[in-house]
Amino acid sequence: MKYVLMFCETEQWEKDWEAMDQSERDAGFAKVGQWMAEHADKITHNRKLAGPETATTVRLEDGEPIITDGPFIEGKEVVSGYVEVEVADLDEALRMARTWPACPLVEIRPVLM
Amino acid sequence: MTSPDDVLARVVREHAGRLAASLVSLLGDFSAAEDLVADAVETALRRWPVEGVPDRPDAWLFTVAKNRGLDVLRRQARYREKLAQLQWPVQPEPDDRLRLIFTCCHPALSREAQIALTLRVVCGLTTAQIARAFLVPETTVAQRLTRAKRKITDAGIPYRIPAPEELGERLAQVLHVVYLMFNEGYLSSSADRVQSHDLVADADWLASLLHGLMPREPEIAGLLALIRLHRARTAARFSPEGNLVQLQDQDRSRWDQQMIGEAVELLTRAAHHRRPGPYQLQAAIVACHAEAKSWEDTDWPQIVILYDMLLCLAPSPVTRLHRTIALRYVSGAEKALAELDSLGLDRYHLYHATRAELLRDLGRDDEAREADQRALELTANPAEQALLKQRLRP
Repeated sequence: MKYVLMFCETEQWEKDWEAMDQSERDAGFAKVGQWMAEHADKITHNRKLAGPETATTVRLEDGEPIITDGPFIEGKEVVSGYVEVEVADLDEALRMARTWPACPLVEIRPVLM
Repeated sequence: MTSPDDVLARVVREHAGRLAASLVSLLGDFSAAEDLVADAVETALRRWPVEGVPDRPDAWLFTVAKNRGLDVLRRQARYREKLAQLQWPVQPEPDDRLRLIFTCCHPALSREAQIALTLRVVCGLTTAQIARAFLVPETTVAQRLTRAKRKITDAGIPYRIPAPEELGERLAQVLHVVYLMFNEGYLSSSADRVQSHDLVADADWLASLLHGLMPREPEIAGLLALIRLHRARTAARFSPEGNLVQLQDQDRSRWDQQMIGEAVELLTRAAHHRRPGPYQLQAAIVACHAEAKSWEDTDWPQIVILYDMLLCLAPSPVTRLHRTIALRYVSGAEKALAELDSLGLDRYHLYHATRAELLRDLGRDDEAREADQRALELTANPAEQALLKQRLRP
């Protein structure tokens, strides 16, 4: 089955990240790189997104499209990237998510084919 | 005393889960398999009381489910072919029901869904029976089940025993579901709930099924012992008028000594694995009470030690509250009250009820009445309300 693992950052996580020096951040990136390499055979696609301050939302629900600055929900948790994986079942996707070494929230959704 | 309903429940429990396990394996579709079994069970519960329980209830359920499947699965030709080839007797793998239980209690499902699914799929309860047992509308249970089955299919929840490195955590989930089932049945059992399904019997049966399938897991044995030790005292828990009788006032000659002996034996064997856990410790505490000749003979120092061990493994303010009850008999009411007051459980009725007892011990009767009054305001359980009202009577 195909799933998307959505990685979400929290306010606290962002604060902690800001407080890190370059060597700590490099170590963080290295861990993510290692995770990607370990699961390379299952990952079919992966992307990191630019921050929520770069987001633009278009609302199409009331006739005229309305364009607004920012994400569609002003939340404390923001999706910051995703990977698409091809695995046997939810348990295998969960095993991957459990070992994710970066931001503290991962949402798993099956992909409709 | 065994009513015809109990006999039916037992027969269904014994065979419905097995049939569900075989059909899920065969069809590879949890939801479709479950629908067929549920239909067969409904039919059985309609017909058996009239026609009598057939000699081979398993073969009977199998035939009804199979015919039903051939009838309704018209569009899924694949399933129909598989079903058509299926011959009685089916030989389910010994682990099939275990896989079924782990699927029903998968952590990707909500706790309510886990409980409802397990009762329905593994124990063979009908939607109506589950609804009555939990005092919720039948439509709520039906929705919960539908949503959960859809999630199993759509989210790709597997039908298998978890990998060894995940087994411990997943088993803990399963045991928690069985424990909640037991608790619900045990706390709500009283004269006015005789109409509801006996969840305690279901929990007992599930724990013993798990124990048979995974005999080397001491926490399963611990939970089974805990359930049996509580059940052994059922006859003494209510007065002839249907009022709750507290442990210290129970007629201990009405406790089932054989059941207590067997449960203690089970617990002792579990302890040989040297892997203590919350259920073994809770069972050990209840065993201390069950083996005491009287309230006064209770081994309170041992109970306090067991509570300390339990708190190490699973810290919880409610466990600390129960520890203070034992502490009263080891270190005195004053010490116990000081400990209790540090817990901050102001919204919990047992906190106030316990406080009342300690205050009465210390001769502070007015404060004790206030505490009982507060406990009464906070409990919704009729049996407990009756007990507190009795205490408050001048």
